[in-house]
Amino acid sequence: MDLITAAHVNSFLAALVLLTAFGMLVQRRIYGLINLFAWQGLFLSLNTAIVGYVAGKHHLYISSLLTLSLKVFLLPYILHVLIHRLKIRKEVETIVNIPMTMLIGIALVIFSYHLTAPVRELSAMITRSTLAIALATVMIGLLMMITRRHAVTQIIGFLALENGLFFAATSATYGMPLVVELGVALDVLIAAFIFGIFFFHIHTTFDSLDVDQMARLKEED
Amino acid sequence: MTLNPYIIELLQVLTLLGLAPAFVGWVRMVKCWAQGRTSAGLFQPYRDLAKLFSKEVLLAENASWIFRFTPYLVFSTAVLAGGIIPILSLDLPLASTADVIVIVALFAIARFFTALAGMDIGTAFGGMGSSREMMIASLAEPAMLMAIFTVSLANRSTSLSEIIQVIYSGQSVLRPSLAFAFLAFILIALAETGRVPVDNPATHLELTMIHEAMILEYSGRHLALIEWAGMMKLFLFVILGIAAFAPWGIAAKGSLLGIPEALVYMVLKLGAVGIGIVLIETGLAKMRLFRLTEFLGAAFLLATLGMLSFFILD
Amino acid sequence: MMYDPISMAGASVLLLFATAMLAPLFRKHQQILITMSFALATVASFLGVTAGIWSVGSGITNQVILPIGLPDLPFHLRLDALSGFFLTVIGLLSLFVSVYSIGYIKGYLGQRSVTSLIIFYCIFIAGMMMVVLADDALCFLVSWEIMAASSYFLVIFENERQENRRAAFLYLVVAHVGAIAILLSFGVLAGFATKSESFLGYTFDAMRTAQLPIEWATAAFFLSFFGFAAKAGVIPLHVWLPEAHPVAPSNVSALMSGVMLKTAIYGIVRVTFDLIHVFPVWWGAIVLSFGLISAVMGVLYALMQHDLKRLLAYHSVENIGIILIGIGLAMIFKAFNLPLLAALGLIAGLYHTMNHAMFKGLLFMGAGAVLHATGERNMEEMGGLIHRMPWTAALFLIGCVSISALPPFNGFVSEWLTFQAFLLSPALPSPLIRLLIPLGAALLALTGALAAACFVKAFGVTFLGHWRGHHNPKVHEVDWSMRIGMLLAALTCFGLGILPSVFIDWMDIIAEQLIGTTIASSAGRYGWMWLTPVSYERASYSGFIVFVGIILVLGIAYALLHVRPGTIRRVPIWDCGFEKINQRMQYNATSFAMPIRRIFGYLFSIRERVELAPQAGHKAFPKKIQYHLSIRDRVWGWLYKPVVEASFWMSRKVGKLQQGRIQAYLIYSFITIIILLVFLR
Repeated sequence: MDLITAAHVNSFLAALVLLTAFGMLVQRRIYGLINLFAWQGLFLSLNTAIVGYVAGKHHLYISSLLTLSLKVFLLPYILHVLIHRLKIRKEVETIVNIPMTMLIGIALVIFSYHLTAPVRELSAMITRSTLAIALATVMIGLLMMITRRHAVTQIIGFLALENGLFFAATSATYGMPLVVELGVALDVLIAAFIFGIFFFHIHTTFDSLDVDQMARLKEED
Repeated sequence: MTLNPYIIELLQVLTLLGLAPAFVGWVRMVKCWAQGRTSAGLFQPYRDLAKLFSKEVLLAENASWIFRFTPYLVFSTAVLAGGIIPILSLDLPLASTADVIVIVALFAIARFFTALAGMDIGTAFGGMGSSREMMIASLAEPAMLMAIFTVSLANRSTSLSEIIQVIYSGQSVLRPSLAFAFLAFILIALAETGRVPVDNPATHLELTMIHEAMILEYSGRHLALIEWAGMMKLFLFVILGIAAFAPWGIAAKGSLLGIPEALVYMVLKLGAVGIGIVLIETGLAKMRLFRLTEFLGAAFLLATLGMLSFFILD
Repeated sequence: MMYDPISMAGASVLLLFATAMLAPLFRKHQQILITMSFALATVASFLGVTAGIWSVGSGITNQVILPIGLPDLPFHLRLDALSGFFLTVIGLLSLFVSVYSIGYIKGYLGQRSVTSLIIFYCIFIAGMMMVVLADDALCFLVSWEIMAASSYFLVIFENERQENRRAAFLYLVVAHVGAIAILLSFGVLAGFATKSESFLGYTFDAMRTAQLPIEWATAAFFLSFFGFAAKAGVIPLHVWLPEAHPVAPSNVSALMSGVMLKTAIYGIVRVTFDLIHVFPVWWGAIVLSFGLISAVMGVLYALMQHDLKRLLAYHSVENIGIILIGIGLAMIFKAFNLPLLAALGLIAGLYHTMNHAMFKGLLFMGAGAVLHATGERNMEEMGGLIHRMPWTAALFLIGCVSISALPPFNGFVSEWLTFQAFLLSPALPSPLIRLLIPLGAALLALTGALAAACFVKAFGVTFLGHWRGHHNPKVHEVDWSMRIGMLLAALTCFGLGILPSVFIDWMDIIAEQLIGTTIASSAGRYGWMWLTPVSYERASYSGFIVFVGIILVLGIAYALLHVRPGTIRRVPIWDCGFEKINQRMQYNATSFAMPIRRIFGYLFSIRERVELAPQAGHKAFPKKIQYHLSIRDRVWGWLYKPVVEASFWMSRKVGKLQQGRIQAYLIYSFITIIILLVFLR
């Protein structure tokens, strides 16, 4: 496919990544969150593959496959198993109500667009306009971690943040060196396992995964 | 050989008047099939309207002239909107009377007076319907405007015939902004036409009604006009979505054979949209009234994302 | 002898002052006094309207120097297109309200003397006219003060009630704080004007030629914006509006809401576009932001009200916000050197000024009629008035439809123009502003929809349904003069709605004088029926055809269906099987606004409390249920209370200077003399 079509498809996938990020921000049900995360991973890996094809960097195919297997299949599966074992049934609660979170998300998108404006002027790559979306995804992931009360959803926020960083790497510099990518992927996998262990501990101590409960740990005077 | 534009206009209005009940009949039929029931047939809405027109009108003792005036006003705004939105052809003399914002405002007039009629009788049901309807309208308006804004940004105009001409000339390609605006439009159309998950048009429980509660007291030919206008509103919203996002098939200016062709395309698209509506209605449950802020907030969010991605990605 | 518009305007002002001065002579014959003085006021207003229309239509500017004023500082008067426009607005509404007042003030006969009302009414209108005619700082401030002081006396007309006195005092305080800011702003402008050494810098002509460094220009702009915003009722300086406008007599409320707020808009436009004609983008952004905040918060406050006049007063806040949105957009476009778009924004803002004067005047006159007939201002005690006051109801409905921005009336035209101005924002070079402006458009759409909801509530609860009150007064339709006043305003609303190109054609000279381009060339290119502000392909609207279309279809449908006689039967309302339905079970104002209150309530501090008085033995069926709702404006706590407390603290500290002993005062004088001798040799 030629450059123009690739740029169009690229933009489209970037928009879908942003859509899934917002979807995770406003989603109330935990299984929905995990599904959205899987979709986001799928769009990311497709995007990486197309960028790799057009720019001619073949190591991006490998990182695309890595993303696909890790973020679309393995991590959601681990999370599913975790949730099943911990018998989490409830809806996710938020600190700020949902329309307000949406508005803050929109403000973050505008802010990241404004921030990446100078880069857009100077860059000559086909992915220059998607840097703003990547930065926005990072910030929305952080927002998700802040506005949620449940530990599992905070972890998903962290993973979404990592997605955003990966996306930013792809759009800014056509991906990181393969060694770095492998290292990061391994780190994420290990992190998922460790989180699982922590969840079990927290659950046994507090009998719930509501992070507000952890406020009991502070010093009383 | 071309037809006089005024004849095309008349044809379009007659199509609207004639086919809107058939569209509603189609939606009901597909819903019955999806739910495993026997349907009443495609032409049942026509029989309902004919029955209502021949029935006696019962007016409450304290109904004022507003109550009697509203059905005619609602009907005429729907017909006027039908004369402006390109259904069959772009060659409409009335198309320059109003752009998309005016069309939204025409529906707003109908809603304003229906809400007043709901309060006219002086029962709690009417007031409840009016109050809920105005709340939903106030949340749907910003989202609607954002969606229109996005579409008009991409097509550099707010006049519908201009938008369609720009789309025909191939200048607006697959844009994520239009996709977002389209999703937002679907959600808003569900809210404005009162379908599930916003309002159940087939409910009989007054406390769950929004639109029906405002027209609870109407009977006879007044009710027939209002029902017909409601069918036309659904038809027009679908046509508006088609015109703004997927207008291929609408006859361009000066083409006579284009009109029957446009009719065929329109029927096919309406059939597909009807099936889509039924899928949404059977798949979702009606939401609690105060959950609608999230629903309409999501519509606003999608529309704003569309607008932002127009600037960011295009 | 009226050979130019300014003489006509001057004659109008003189006639009003004369009426005011002659009124005390007739105070024994109140009936004749009322009729004669309001008739004279009508004539004076008519002269003002003619002067205004003539001046804008011809586009010439007249200037006159009056020998009154301080020695060597005479009053300068000037009538250019902008002044003429506002003179038309003032004159037109004063005309309608004066006709209305003939009937309305008769309601006070026998209760109290209306002489003071008439005197200050005439002075009030004269003061407003002089404000827009003033061409130097002195004349402007004197007229401003005349306007503020006379309106204070009008607000406090029924002064036996504590709340009226309190409201008027608050109004006076805020008006004067604003006036001080305006004075300081003019001082800055005059200080940099040419000829300031000879004290002639106080004329507007001199200020126009001033070369201000940007910091001083910013200071002048913000001082004048603060001062005029305090008078216009922009949030957060709006707190006097919902207190003062309801307690005044309704014809005065109509004038205050309809035209007095507009003099503040005149001030903003005059200072920004005319005196300081070069400005950066962020000033326009500030004006736009305040406009958006006022619009949204104003309509939300209005939705929470159940007092009809307070509701209308809060709506004035909202509409001033909408006018400021248009002006803010014009400022942004002008700062980016896009004169055609700036002209569009300015015309949209000024059109809304005229529209608001008309429909707000109409609505206040209607509310006054309701108050006159029922003695009630609380909507929750009213209902069903459409049967007993059909004319008032129909005219009030026209006002409601206009303010909700529904075609084919005038509110829609100005909102449509403002939306078109918003939609042109992609032409702006700054990407950040390009992203933020559409969000402003969404807020404007929210405002419009909430306004429609509010007026469904206002009209529905007041006029429709059954009478909700506990007692049943004898309600009858108001007399002919009140009806004519309202009818004229309604007809103007309708005319402004279906003939927008004619008005824009007339008004366009203002844009030419202030910005340098006109939009009439494109707006009216296709004739009087069509409005195409930018280009035909871009957007077009024909109010006339929309109106004709609706009437045509309506007529056809009615003719086809209404042929059968006698097929309407009147029956009792359907009560779902519950026979004990009574009029207290209807929706009233508080219940209508409940869903919106639930959604947007976090912006206010709302406390709801339900008290159940239980029956003995049956906890599920209480004997009595009481519902308490208190809504407070958060601005009081955030802004006013700290400011008031700080000023009291400072005055206590300063009060310590007053020792009461002569030696202390002598020491103060001695120290002052020494300081002056040391520093000012």
